[in-house]
Amino acid sequence: MDQVSVAPTEIERTESAEKPFAVPEPDVPWVTLVHNDPVNLMSYVTYVFQAYFGYSKDKARKLMLDVHHKGRAVVSSGSREEMERDVQAMHGYGLWATLSQDRN
Amino acid sequence: MAGQFEAIPGGGSAVALDEVEIAIIRSLAVQLLELLGPGEEPVEGEDPLAALFTEGPTEPPSDPALARLFPEAYLGPDAKDQTDELQAASAEFRRFTENDLRSRKRADVLCVVRTLDQLTANGDGGAVLKLTADDALHWLGALNDLRITIGTRLDVSDDDENGDLYQLPDSDPRKPMVMAYLWLGALQETLVETLTPDA
Repeated sequence: MDQVSVAPTEIERTESAEKPFAVPEPDVPWVTLVHNDPVNLMSYVTYVFQAYFGYSKDKARKLMLDVHHKGRAVVSSGSREEMERDVQAMHGYGLWATLSQDRN
Repeated sequence: MAGQFEAIPGGGSAVALDEVEIAIIRSLAVQLLELLGPGEEPVEGEDPLAALFTEGPTEPPSDPALARLFPEAYLGPDAKDQTDELQAASAEFRRFTENDLRSRKRADVLCVVRTLDQLTANGDGGAVLKLTADDALHWLGALNDLRITIGTRLDVSDDDENGDLYQLPDSDPRKPMVMAYLWLGALQETLVETLTPDA
């Protein structure tokens, strides 16, 4: 005889009508990347990371140096919507930012 | 001290500018406004609400400076990442954000023009520009966008740090732009300093 389970039956989730396209792995977080560019001042990039993300001066400076030396740095992570917001903000500041799904 | 922003106690930033400096910044700002193009303000007789629902472009601007000011959101510098899927996502993002971004950049530059036009010149044509904390942020954005625009035009790269671009002979037609680029960088540097939190 089958054991009677007290756990509620899993309700099969129906596909959301507003499912964003091009999301192959929904559980994988998205990241905002800032890319190096030769124009933006190091002090300005540090300032933006402090002002927008609220990072400490040390953390902001470390991220800025990563951008400068490694060509890019992950400056935030979260849902796709959150990262679109961050990318939009970075573009507002004149930083070269993109979002991508973190597959690493 | 002339040519350097200093924090105003209680908020804001101030800088002393001479007549030529004022004229140069204003002229560059107006050129940037022209490059950014007209705003989304509704035309007289049109429904003002319509502007709110106007969708932006999906294609990146063809002008290299504008393309840098309005970059692709899903396409980084790696060519291998340029899939159709990401291209479509970038187009979609642009459609819903570029108009806002353009308005913001216009507002920044307009603030520069407005605050310069409100200056009261002293005897030799110079003046002390006193910015509120809000206006200082507009200036910061505008100075950065100006440098991005000029830097793109000059094709500035990281290798120029000690390179030829900064040691051009006076006869080179790029020389005045390079001087303006470097000077705006120094000006922006001091403005950033007045705005950066210490911790």
